[in-house]
Amino acid sequence: MDIFRMPRRDLIVFVIFAAVVLAMPVWLQPLGAAYPALMQKLVISAVFAIGFNILFGLTGYLSFGHAAFLGVGSYTAVWSFKLFTMDAIPAIIFAVLVSGLFALAIGYLSLRRSGIYFSILTLAFAQMCYNLAYSVLTPITNGETSLQLTLRDPRLIDTALAPRPAGLPSAGLFGNELNGLEGFYFCAVVLLIAFFITQKIFSSPFGMMLRAIKSNQTRMNYTGFNTRPYTLTAFVISGMYAGLAGALFAITDPLAGTERMQWTASGEVVLMTILGGVGTLVGPVLGAWLIEYFENIFSAFNENVVHRFFSFLPAEIVDPVTAVASKFVGEGWHLTLGLLFVLVVVFLPGGIMEGVRRIGGLFNRRSPPTSSGAVRVQPAE
Amino acid sequence: MDAILAQLLNGLDKGGAYALIALGLTLVFGTLGVVNFAHGALFMLGAFCAVTFRQLITLETVVLDPEQLSPWGAPLEIRTPLAQSWFGDFGAVLVDYSVPLSILLAIPVMLLIGIAMERGIIKHFYKRPHAEQILVTFGLAIVLQEIVKAVFGPNPWSQPIPSSVRGAFDVGSLIGLAPGALTYPLWRLIYFLFSIGVIGAVFAFLRFTTFGMVVRAGMADRETVGILGINIDRRFTIMFGIAAVVAGLAGVMYTPLLPPTYSQGMDFLVLSFVVVVVGGMGSLPGAVTAGFLLGILQSFASMNEIKQIIPGIDQIIIYLIAVVILLVRPRGLMGRRGMMES
Repeated sequence: MDIFRMPRRDLIVFVIFAAVVLAMPVWLQPLGAAYPALMQKLVISAVFAIGFNILFGLTGYLSFGHAAFLGVGSYTAVWSFKLFTMDAIPAIIFAVLVSGLFALAIGYLSLRRSGIYFSILTLAFAQMCYNLAYSVLTPITNGETSLQLTLRDPRLIDTALAPRPAGLPSAGLFGNELNGLEGFYFCAVVLLIAFFITQKIFSSPFGMMLRAIKSNQTRMNYTGFNTRPYTLTAFVISGMYAGLAGALFAITDPLAGTERMQWTASGEVVLMTILGGVGTLVGPVLGAWLIEYFENIFSAFNENVVHRFFSFLPAEIVDPVTAVASKFVGEGWHLTLGLLFVLVVVFLPGGIMEGVRRIGGLFNRRSPPTSSGAVRVQPAE
Repeated sequence: MDAILAQLLNGLDKGGAYALIALGLTLVFGTLGVVNFAHGALFMLGAFCAVTFRQLITLETVVLDPEQLSPWGAPLEIRTPLAQSWFGDFGAVLVDYSVPLSILLAIPVMLLIGIAMERGIIKHFYKRPHAEQILVTFGLAIVLQEIVKAVFGPNPWSQPIPSSVRGAFDVGSLIGLAPGALTYPLWRLIYFLFSIGVIGAVFAFLRFTTFGMVVRAGMADRETVGILGINIDRRFTIMFGIAAVVAGLAGVMYTPLLPPTYSQGMDFLVLSFVVVVVGGMGSLPGAVTAGFLLGILQSFASMNEIKQIIPGIDQIIIYLIAVVILLVRPRGLMGRRGMMES
């Protein structure tokens, strides 16, 4: 088919990426992270991050409100479970559509401004969604207690096809339950599809247009392009990715809470994208994986583990070193995250991908200096 | 009428906090051109200056008295705060007034923190795009917040109001209402007056001192001031320190109203940014006006009568106003032309 034709380089990237994602249970084994719950989280965050990157990386518009779409996606998916069927496909479709509609409305208004005003507008809209979900919309969102499945849900389609099961059902795909490893593989396939679409967008004329908007929007306007439809499309697509990620969260664990919409969640996806490398294909995925992985590993550490780790040091300084180091793990893992974040922005604005390129440049002197390909974070102008 | 007046008053103290934080944000933005997402963290650090001061001043000596026995038979512990054993009754007064007194601690500490922050990190970001400034200060805010969490723990630290100003003030009798018809907690009134005082001091400092004049000149045209042989960078660094002090003072005095936690900085930051944008980027009067305006509107929106008409309005009013203002008046209420538009 025609849409599957792509340049050889893209194809290689895709095949390698697919191999890496699908082989996660294997290569995460020695890292101690090969359990389904974490792997699902890794994959879903990657979907969220590459979606965010379509907006921020390509157009340069820094949205601080993407968590709203994540939350909307989750709520829609859970409602689809409650009302219609436990099947994953309708949930995903509904979630993507509804979050796309939200993104259309919010984007239409927010994109009238650029730079920091855009960031504040998206933040304001997201906070509005969060506050409303927390208070007035409690009949829909169930507020603080989170939206959950109950035994009394109608589930019209499921009950029409089969008798009600005794307990709470879990999400499925054509009758197969999506638990544990199956859930992971389902999310992984969705990630691959999402990645494929992103690759297509990056190499399309549309993606080119978005990059042009990032580098100089005024010039684009002077040449007669109306840039608004392009940025709006990018915003909606990226909102749909967020909704998709939200739906996947709901599929792996049918529960939707307001905390998913809080602005800290928006901040986290910005972090992932920056850490990996803004505007690159693979960067956001790497960033998402690193943050989720270390969050999981570091936050499980406690003082004893740290003490054992430093036991090679002379006896007098083990305790003070342990006391200091244990502030950075476990509960204090966010401190490490913040420091890492500051260091990356200060020294490596292009994220991990720029670091990789720099190291590559050291070995390969003949290739031109990295600056040509380096991705700078630019506000939309 | 009384109800409306009461809500007006209720909005004033919160508005004062917003105005003070927004003022600092605007100062930093106007002088250094940096979008400082760590400003809320400075507010939080100020609040924890008050906590630290109280911890220090209430350090106690514990003496076990074997003569007297406590009800469960152990030797009685006699606790004497050090301040009391050194200064006698005056020490007790010190403990009582710990919150306002901690301003004395907060000013030098916040000035140092501000200057260190500016020289350490923010200095390197003048020329970088705004998105990177947002990101690095955001990271900094996380770091500060987590350090405070590691030191003070996650629970709120409530601070007492000094006993002499604990009551309510009868505002109604001032304007001819029946006594007791309209009362207002005294500390909130003090907070409002305090914020007015600090704002006035900052404006006077910028208006009537040579230093302030140079700073204003630098805000208007940094390059020319530099060419005239004035070290404008050093003055801007000090202005960053002053902005940090303003945020810190706002935090210190707010502690009795809201027990400080490590995360409060972020909550206030999001709102203060909205305030700054509504007031207009780079406009000091705009920031102050918008701060009080939004504080008052927020308290109006939480009236039951209004909540019945539009449910949930109290939760979103500030953001709603920000959205409307940004879409209708892109520069905010008093924004300068060309600020953050390029």
